[in-house]
Amino acid sequence: MRFLRFWWEFVVGDDMLAAACVIAAIAATAGLAALGVAAWWLLPLAVPLVLYVSLRRAT
Amino acid sequence: MSAVFLVLSAFLASAVEMVEALTIVLAAGLTRGWRSSLTGLAAAVIVLAAIVAALGPALTVVPLDALRLVVGALLLLFGLQWLRKAILRASGRKALHDEDAIFARELAEARVAEHIERAGIDWYGFTLSFKGVLLEGLEVAFIVLTFGSTQGSIPLAAAGAAGAVLLVAGVGVAVRAPLARVPENTMKFAVGLMLTTFGIFWSAEGAGAHWPGSDAALPGVLAFVCVVSALLVLALRTPRMETA
Repeated sequence: MRFLRFWWEFVVGDDMLAAACVIAAIAATAGLAALGVAAWWLLPLAVPLVLYVSLRRAT
Repeated sequence: MSAVFLVLSAFLASAVEMVEALTIVLAAGLTRGWRSSLTGLAAAVIVLAAIVAALGPALTVVPLDALRLVVGALLLLFGLQWLRKAILRASGRKALHDEDAIFARELAEARVAEHIERAGIDWYGFTLSFKGVLLEGLEVAFIVLTFGSTQGSIPLAAAGAAGAVLLVAGVGVAVRAPLARVPENTMKFAVGLMLTTFGIFWSAEGAGAHWPGSDAALPGVLAFVCVVSALLVLALRTPRMETA
């Protein structure tokens, strides 16, 4: 259990919402790509938003 | 270009982590004896080498797209943690990392800890050194494995990391003091930028997206992440906190 908690904190850190949003953005990128739509722009759009919200929550 | 980013990222990340590990090894060595501290250091290095040796070849047999998706997602999550802390530090919302202060704290704690000797080795000194090097080194191992496997060159990433380890160890042996003058906060910011950039690039590729210009888009993504981070620092800027 401690092992799992260590790796969780190592990779995800203390902002689970940010992590969930990043995973959702990657999933949406995969969804768009599967539909044949250009999807490269989605992560560069999502990451700054996630970062901004995460920073606001931390301050 | 990717190879340069690869070596540079592994070098910077390793240098930052090794500066932190050096502080702990020095504190353990000066207070609890060098034998215990260096034994802990050696044990941690062996464990880290075993992790890289065991996982490295395993990662090379995973299909590249799947690897880039998983590794990209992990790097993005990991990189955002680094970047978030770096932006908070640069904007004055979080105390700057100060090796001198950390060294003083480690020294004070190590001096009052109970002395338990096993096989001629002080257990506290060994454990302090072992845990410090292992935990700091795990981040380096993670970066070397993920960057190296995704770029198809774990040895190149390992070379970047090894260069940093040798440099920090060499300087550490020469000065026998924490490397407080290393611009650690700036380096941490750079590593956060690199990790986030590679995370965005590889996770999008792994998810099936195609970057305009293929690999040539990577510097563009890096420039974009740099600009966004600089704007966030400006937006959050507040009077500087004390270092800690």
